[in-house]
Amino acid sequence: MSTHHISVTINGASYEGDVDSRTLLVHWIRDTLRLTGTHIGCDTTSCGACTILVDGKSTKSCTMFAVQADGRQLMTVEGLEQNGKLHPLQEGFHEEHALQCGYCTPGMMMTGLALLQRNPNPTEHEIRVGISGNLCRCTGYVNIVKAIQYAAEKMQATEEVPVSAGQGGE
Amino acid sequence: MATEVHVHGLGEAYKRKEDARFIRGQGNYVDDVQLPGMLYGDIVRSPYGHALIKNVDISEALKVPGVLAVITGKDLDAAGLAWMPTLSADTEAVLALDRVHFQMQEVAFVVATNRYAAADGASAVEVDYEPLQVVVDPKKALEPDAPLLRPDKKEKQPTNQIWHWETGDREATNASFAEAEANGVVVKQEMFIPRIHPAPIETCGCVADFHKATGKLTVWMTSQAPHAHRTLFAIVAGLPEHRIRIISPDIGGGFGNKVPIYPGYVCAVVASITTGKPVKWIEDRTENLSSTGFGRDYHIKAEVAADKDGNVQALRVYTLADHGAFDAAANPSKFPAGLFHICTGSYDFKNAFVEVDAAHTNKAPGGIAYRCSFRVTEASYLIERMMDTLAYEVGKDPAQLRLQNFIKPEAFPYRSALNWTYDSGDYEAALNLAMKNVDYEGLRREQAEKRSRGELMGIGISSFTEIVGAGPGKHFDIAGIQMFDSCEIRVHPTGKALARIGVQTQGQGHETTFAQIIAAELGMSPDDIDVEHGDTDTAPYGLGTYASRSTPVAGAATALAARKVRDKAKKIAAYLLEVGEEDLEWEPGRFFVKGTPGKGKTIQELAFAAYTNCPPYLEPGLEAVDYYDPPNLTYPFGSYICVVDIDRGTGEVHIRRFMAVDDCGTIINPMVVEGQIHGGLTQGLAPAMYEEISFDENGNIRGSNFQDYLIPTSMETPSWETDKTYTPSPHHPIGAKGVGESPTVGAPQAIANAVVDALAHVGVRHIDIPITPWKVWSILKEKGLTSD
Repeated sequence: MSTHHISVTINGASYEGDVDSRTLLVHWIRDTLRLTGTHIGCDTTSCGACTILVDGKSTKSCTMFAVQADGRQLMTVEGLEQNGKLHPLQEGFHEEHALQCGYCTPGMMMTGLALLQRNPNPTEHEIRVGISGNLCRCTGYVNIVKAIQYAAEKMQATEEVPVSAGQGGE
Repeated sequence: MATEVHVHGLGEAYKRKEDARFIRGQGNYVDDVQLPGMLYGDIVRSPYGHALIKNVDISEALKVPGVLAVITGKDLDAAGLAWMPTLSADTEAVLALDRVHFQMQEVAFVVATNRYAAADGASAVEVDYEPLQVVVDPKKALEPDAPLLRPDKKEKQPTNQIWHWETGDREATNASFAEAEANGVVVKQEMFIPRIHPAPIETCGCVADFHKATGKLTVWMTSQAPHAHRTLFAIVAGLPEHRIRIISPDIGGGFGNKVPIYPGYVCAVVASITTGKPVKWIEDRTENLSSTGFGRDYHIKAEVAADKDGNVQALRVYTLADHGAFDAAANPSKFPAGLFHICTGSYDFKNAFVEVDAAHTNKAPGGIAYRCSFRVTEASYLIERMMDTLAYEVGKDPAQLRLQNFIKPEAFPYRSALNWTYDSGDYEAALNLAMKNVDYEGLRREQAEKRSRGELMGIGISSFTEIVGAGPGKHFDIAGIQMFDSCEIRVHPTGKALARIGVQTQGQGHETTFAQIIAAELGMSPDDIDVEHGDTDTAPYGLGTYASRSTPVAGAATALAARKVRDKAKKIAAYLLEVGEEDLEWEPGRFFVKGTPGKGKTIQELAFAAYTNCPPYLEPGLEAVDYYDPPNLTYPFGSYICVVDIDRGTGEVHIRRFMAVDDCGTIINPMVVEGQIHGGLTQGLAPAMYEEISFDENGNIRGSNFQDYLIPTSMETPSWETDKTYTPSPHHPIGAKGVGESPTVGAPQAIANAVVDALAHVGVRHIDIPITPWKVWSILKEKGLTSD
């Protein structure tokens, strides 16, 4: 088994270290870097508790080797809050009671973020399809859908301010 | 004087305090705990369902880089720890000695410097097995020629029967059936509720940390009952209880899975004592689904006797319970089948008789009360299925049949034929509201029209009654410890409070709702009250959170502890205002002199005085503790209506609507209650349509990962519709009943009844859950109903 030196950007900060070939990305993030907001729930890429963004794409970090993240841009739940201000998704999950035990929540929010980045105004069905790779055992999903809708509206409202004139002409 | 204080007390959808850390990824779950020098454990498990162990060779494992120790059953045996007591008076192997009893049973525990080395070590342990005949069917396990699966048992039982339990009046029940055979109707149905698993998204695990110098053992543990677990560790391991500290930090869902003590916990403790280092053990998903507490696995035969109009007279039930290799059911010792004898449900039966046999098989040990107050789910399923069967038999609408047989509102408190005293209920109100909300008559008209066109649509009702909130302590225990619960409140000099409770949240929101209970009693903001739980060194003794007992028991203790605080504050107010206590009146947050509203003291002023200007005849300080032993259980109820459409081409069932009317008495936080109901309904949908753990004839488990064990995703889960009626519990200090499990208990049969209802006109009376497209399609094919 060989070790590899990797350099990764996570939530805008640079990290580097030596990893075994077989070290899973989620273990490196959690156990070595101590970013423990990303969770592990199934080991079979089924539950999505370990979802992070890799170069902007939602990725289950339990099924990716740390060495595969070399040179890439990662974002975890710890990167959502900026300058002490909650991300609209975090606000939405709190306001709409979209979490109970909180275990699936980070992965669910990261999947929600990837969804909203490619589809800023999803329908309920599109949200349900978008989060169907993330399991929640507590909430029954109804409030998670509402939370993502909340975030979509809030993100559009804030983003539309400078471009509203242009959009209005369409 | 009207108060300006807005306390966010009972009935307000106060946003959850605990969210702040979870939405930032700053929860602290067991696997997040990382201590200096911490080692990792991994378990060697049996690939066989039943086999003798001829030899365990650890020599190669010890050569694996990073592996420090391998603990075997023989090592534990030398320390007297190879066996541990279950919660049901059986003993369970911590690590197998000479025989394995189920696939994935624990055989050895490898300790290494990291997770990967521990896993390498586990795969390098060579175990020599001699396979034995496997029995996975409890009916076969009770046949005379079945191999004896548990020859280790102290009381040498000649068969695989664990126990027989019965309750009710057999003779009177048989007489009712004889009468109905002659002059009325009798309906019978066999049904199987398969083995399922709570499957919280966080698996079980622990970090055990034993300090040799102080003799103190600290265990961070996925525990729903930390105090009870501390006592069990003291008894099993012989450690002094004051030097054991169980910390149940943030828990990623429990649902009953985290009530028992599992071998992995014990091994981690032994490994920490042996190595002098902290040891972490975390299950993977397959270990969780294969070896830890399952739910259900009940084979039921039910019979109802009624008169010709469908008025129920008697219920007779025989059940065969599959408890697997070890009887590790988490039931009160007085009731080996739990509260299964709530099975007369919401209906006024004159007589009833219930028998249960439990059997050993070569399957994982259990069964636990999966989001259910000790077998209530099985009870409710059977009676709600039987009411539909009876309705079809006498030619009545299932709603009408229920309405005519409900226990009437004026009959409460109601003594059931099986000797429960229901506290309060208004079943007609809940069903009528659900029917109105879905336009029941309109749905029946639509169904008739569709049937005439050959389309399949069904309407299913479940009018369940729950039984939750154990104690009373004289009837209910966990390993002998009475089921009371507790709360301690400390009001600090500046008027902020800390409350500690004996129950433990796994997502229920106690940090918010228990603060609201205190807020309502003391007139403070929940923001000024922090609620702690889960640390046995600081929280008062309690029995933990399961069986919907937090609000009924610890919630009562919390209200009563707050009232003790208020009583003391009143004495201080009388002293400061120089009046008698009888001259004081309370409004939220403040005592004032009767008739002189301007002359008063706020709770914050009184807290300050308790530490700075306390009456000389009182102890200083403002604290109280309450240990509450409930006088009775509480009986939440509800009526659910499910509407399904069936695809005649594929047999797929589409849930078009699901209306859930719940009555859990007084509601503390409607947002939290709504969330509990959504989640519970989803865990009711799951066994009705998707989830099942089964075994092949060799004892190989099917459904041991999330690719085979189908937890509902956002795609399968409908948009639940909910409504409420409000019938407070007369004996609970704030009238609350508990709600976490009602929807899981009530939902499966609403779905099953709807599917059967869609096919009732062609003679279908029952389909075992999970109702898969294959099962439905097979029936459609048999009845000539498939479309091309």
